Amino acid sequence: MQLTHNINPEKIEQDRLYQDMGLSDEEFEKIKMILGRLPNFTETGIFSVMWSEHCSYKTSKPLLRKFPTEGPNVLQGPGEGAGVIDIGDGQAVVFKVESHNHPSAVEPYQGAATGVGGIIRDVFSMGARPIALMNSLRFGPLTTNRTKYLFSEVVAGIAGYGNCVGVPTVGGEVQFDDSYEDNPLVNAMCVGLINHDDVQKGIAAGIGNTILYAGPPTGRDGIHGATFASDDLAEDSNKDRPAVQVGDPFMEKLIIEACLEVIHSDALVGMQDMGAAGLTSSASEMASKAGTGLEMNLDLVPQREQNMTAYEMMLSESQERMLLCVKAGREQEIIDIFEKYGLQSVPVGKVIEEKVFRIKHHEEVVADIPVDSLADAAPVYHMPSKEAAYYQAFQQIDVKTPTVDNHGETLKQLLQQPTIASKEWVYDQYDSMVQTNTVVTPGSDAAVVRIKGTDKALAITTDCNSRYIYLDPEEGGKIAVAEAARNIICSGAKPLGLTDGLNFGNPTNPEIFWQMEKSVEGMSAACEALQTPVISGNVSLYNQSKGKSIYPTPVVGMVGLHESTAHITPSFFQEPGDIIYLIGETRNEFGGSELQFIQDGKYEGKAPHLDLKIEAERQEKLLSLIQQGKVQSAHDLAEGGLGVALAESLFSDEALGAEVTISGDATAELFSETQSRFLITVKPENQGALEEIFTEAAKLGKVTADRQLNITANNEKILQEEAAELKALWKGAIPCLLKSKA
Amino acid sequence: MKVAVIVFPGSNCDRDMYHAAGEIAGAEASLVWYTDTHLLDDADGILIPGGFSYGDYLRSGSMASTSDIMNKIREHAEKGKPVLGICNGFQILTEAGLLPGALMRNKNLSFMCHQEELIVEDNENVFTALYDKNEVVRFPIAHGEGNYFCDEATLNDLKANNQIVFTYKNNPNGSVADIAGIRNKAGNVLGMMPHPERAVEALLGSEDGLRIFQSMIANWRSSNAVNA
Repeated sequence: MQLTHNINPEKIEQDRLYQDMGLSDEEFEKIKMILGRLPNFTETGIFSVMWSEHCSYKTSKPLLRKFPTEGPNVLQGPGEGAGVIDIGDGQAVVFKVESHNHPSAVEPYQGAATGVGGIIRDVFSMGARPIALMNSLRFGPLTTNRTKYLFSEVVAGIAGYGNCVGVPTVGGEVQFDDSYEDNPLVNAMCVGLINHDDVQKGIAAGIGNTILYAGPPTGRDGIHGATFASDDLAEDSNKDRPAVQVGDPFMEKLIIEACLEVIHSDALVGMQDMGAAGLTSSASEMASKAGTGLEMNLDLVPQREQNMTAYEMMLSESQERMLLCVKAGREQEIIDIFEKYGLQSVPVGKVIEEKVFRIKHHEEVVADIPVDSLADAAPVYHMPSKEAAYYQAFQQIDVKTPTVDNHGETLKQLLQQPTIASKEWVYDQYDSMVQTNTVVTPGSDAAVVRIKGTDKALAITTDCNSRYIYLDPEEGGKIAVAEAARNIICSGAKPLGLTDGLNFGNPTNPEIFWQMEKSVEGMSAACEALQTPVISGNVSLYNQSKGKSIYPTPVVGMVGLHESTAHITPSFFQEPGDIIYLIGETRNEFGGSELQFIQDGKYEGKAPHLDLKIEAERQEKLLSLIQQGKVQSAHDLAEGGLGVALAESLFSDEALGAEVTISGDATAELFSETQSRFLITVKPENQGALEEIFTEAAKLGKVTADRQLNITANNEKILQEEAAELKALWKGAIPCLLKSKA
Repeated sequence: MKVAVIVFPGSNCDRDMYHAAGEIAGAEASLVWYTDTHLLDDADGILIPGGFSYGDYLRSGSMASTSDIMNKIREHAEKGKPVLGICNGFQILTEAGLLPGALMRNKNLSFMCHQEELIVEDNENVFTALYDKNEVVRFPIAHGEGNYFCDEATLNDLKANNQIVFTYKNNPNGSVADIAGIRNKAGNVLGMMPHPERAVEALLGSEDGLRIFQSMIANWRSSNAVNA
């Protein structure tokens, strides 16, 4: 693509140059109608990024409307930088998840690093101090050098940025599957804490007020990043490396501190970060939200390179930049704050009454666009949807309980599956403790950070088992939300709400759109049942490469509130003599299970069934039992079923073991992935309390001090393993795969 | 006791240090921006926190070590006032020449963050008086460049003067002689990679770091009592 503004409007139309920027013929016609003339090169570029899927959600909007977004505590739902939920005492929690998939596929370190930087900016631009980071990552199997490189560099990029900027990365999840081989997923979530009075909005209000540009100068990096993110990954995607931005966490740290100081000045009207589509989206959205217009002079924009065109400046995604609206005449107060941190901030424009987005460069008007046409008039597409052909076939398959001869060996195999194995290699590289609030560090069901100055804490988790969603998008969508809520409940917190990171393939394929539609319906149903509104989110489409689509991966980032730090409950066994219970009956459900993959090398059949009523009831009961102080440990059953959950429960305190008796089919009992189940331990004196609340609870046995996992089924000892050996296999699996030659 | 927590551009453990020394240990703590040199005049102790000063884009701590405020800190150190540098603060102290040696990249070349067991090798200084010699304590570490290095002559010197204050029980980063923290000869300047300020509350997993701050405060109280 030629980066010049000398191409005249007629040529853009004749040669359909707009198609190179991602606009369709119909969209170009619509632009002509809006303007009443042909757009020039810069304007075409501005429309193309604002109407890209990444900025406009043009294909996902009809689906996003299905999500419940309201609740008694929601202070700000989707639409601003991040959502806001009240947590009492005048405080609120702010959070959002965002994807950086395409950049990470071509330049993993910077792609992941800038993903972290971007989501942090979304949170502090609301006026909140970022207090925790999470992530959700997907890669192909750790068997090729390429995947090992992507995995190592993505982790290093997240660490490099998050550690420097001083926000703890407190947890996350990593899943490995073939479908992500060429299209890894990197979703980052940031959680912030704010006082109600400090909540900012990204608005450019007040005619005559000044638009202030803050942060490092604009360069040519990341031009058209939003468009790049809204297309399939091509085999020659390496040529798109210039579309990947480069992050500077040191700069971000300074910007955070300066902005959190600026919000206390009443000279500030509004503030927004320059994320996807940089100056274009921040400026036009701020005006659109305020119902105003905006005039900007690009000659005043700090520039890092010479002879930049208007097109380049408007579309650059140079990192760590903020746009502020400041009361006229009081600019210096704000400029002084940025100056303290060695940061440049300069007036570049003003708020005008006429609702247009007018850009000047070298004394010429280079763009003159009705402001609402960019943000609100973006086309909305109702894509055709068609039930995926594979789905009916899967529904017909009767998945049998696998044959297992040696349950101990099978458990060891499961523990070494990279998706189940310890992620210590990953999270040891993250500073998980800076800010000194991290009560539960990475490796548990949910991370927990306390809130200084109160007795409260926040539980945070990211979840999404995309195998279930692939098999059955609706059921799998429910499971993703339910599992996240289960993790929050097990930690002793009440779920507050969630942010969704929707990652799918190419939506123009009706079967892919069907996956999107069904999974959103399933998630919405679960959100209603579990009272967890969706307060923010992100959509990443076109995640396919060489015609192969990723599994549908709608990541759920959930936050819960501990009313008291006394409710914080570990997921690991605590003391010898504690009684082990399993809550929830087990069915023969192996579709999409780890064991199915180990035995058959593929996922097929029906996903596990989820009954939302039962799920909600059990979650409520467990939380009340925890709040009464009757629970020693609580762990949800997920990949690998009860067997893996029992083993994992022994991996914290090396002095412990467990003596467990199960009944029924041992293989199903141990490895089925039936939903809505919990593994709980209580002190012997609290057995009555537990059995009274959970009449369906099955007493499995007790925690011992013999450092062994012993399992008896039907009067026969079927498993006897040293906990230390299981732990060593679980812990060593990923480092071992990374070291082995491809 | 008035303690000043120095905030450089890129410091990120400054508020943690303020919380530990001030709100938990009970010192009269203040955050001092690196250009506000005059605010150190009446400080009884200096705390240099962890983080990535100036992004650590040159060498860890090297840019901060040349800032004006370091001259004031050097004066304080020479007068015998306590100066504690943690993580990036330790790197700054070695770069400034207030402590010998240097911090190199971890031997596995990765950042690492977890709890480590340390052995208290010396308790005859301002910061570890409340610990027993050879006591084993648990502090978090969180660094990419914590691999302490010095030449043999310096190491012999450190040993001869009991300047090695903390060693790792299981050396995680390749440090010479398992060194986790060292002091100057006078015992009023301590640099260490592990984070005592992250180990001052049972809720967060360890309270072992609290006595560093308490030792410092107790020392100030007793010397002030004598002076008064």
